[in-house]
Amino acid sequence: MSLQQLANRIQENFADGFLQAVEWRGDLAVTVRRDKLHEVAQFLRDDPAMDFDYIVHVSSVDWPDDEERFEVVYEFYSIKKRHRIRLKTRVPESECVVDSLTDLWKGADFMEREVYDMMGIRFRHHPDLRRILMPDDYTEGYPLRKDFPLRGRGWRDTFEFLDETAR
Amino acid sequence: MGLIQLGRQEKDGAPDVITTTVEKAVNWARKGSLWPMTFGLACCAIEMIAAVSSRYDMDRYGAGVFRASPRQSDLMIVAGTVCRRMAPVIRKIYDQMPEPKYVIAMGSCATSGNIYDSYSVVQGVDRFVPVDIYVPGCPPTPEALFDGILKLQERIMQKRVFVKQPEQVKASLKV
Repeated sequence: MSLQQLANRIQENFADGFLQAVEWRGDLAVTVRRDKLHEVAQFLRDDPAMDFDYIVHVSSVDWPDDEERFEVVYEFYSIKKRHRIRLKTRVPESECVVDSLTDLWKGADFMEREVYDMMGIRFRHHPDLRRILMPDDYTEGYPLRKDFPLRGRGWRDTFEFLDETAR
Repeated sequence: MGLIQLGRQEKDGAPDVITTTVEKAVNWARKGSLWPMTFGLACCAIEMIAAVSSRYDMDRYGAGVFRASPRQSDLMIVAGTVCRRMAPVIRKIYDQMPEPKYVIAMGSCATSGNIYDSYSVVQGVDRFVPVDIYVPGCPPTPEALFDGILKLQERIMQKRVFVKQPEQVKASLKV
């Protein structure tokens, strides 16, 4: 099945949730509405013509000037059919939450935690949504947001453990 | 400086006793068996590994016995980018090393943070452990690391062992 056919098949099945499909240099990226993300993902996994059994990557983008500021990007691959797709959805800052896909692909767990840690996008029904790279008690915010200062807010220069050690 | 070579006089008639200070003898022993601890954090670790292996052979300077435990080592070579989350671990391991202990900051990252002027990278290990020798480079070659080790050995030879360190020297050694 060609990428164009994949895109068409998604569009036929999700006329209301489908926003756009872009094919560029052999990559297909499909943008869907946020509330349909989980349904589309389930379709991608279970439909025999799609058969996306492997979740490659979860990431996020910050577009500070856009109305819907954030974008969550999922990338799937079918090991059997050897095709690949990128699934995008936009998230506004005011309601910064997406449905988790951990119930479909277990591999989404840590990657969604990373998105939460770095960008502050929450995932509904995620089994264990905690920070994964930064410490649990990190309070400076979400480092990969565009309005986060590059050097942080002082955490890298505070060494509270030095008070406990005998000097 | 050399030590007593027993039986030499019988062999070739050379005198087998030399005089030195105990302090020098102790320092000589210390500098000749620097057991480093592996603290490879990034690409500098690869050069550190190369420095120990057969082509460069760091063991020539008595610093080749890498230990995986801080309790058996004298020298911590911090090789690589130090993230803030790693900082308490490095400090804890440093505290677990028995005295006398030395620290080499290997490479630009451990020295100053290098180009990683970001929220998560510590701008030099000397912010939380005392560093004896800074080795520049990105990454430093094994020869550069050797230079650092030889400089450290020179420094160890100058240390006072049985006399109390002058207060101003002691203060300068603190973090």
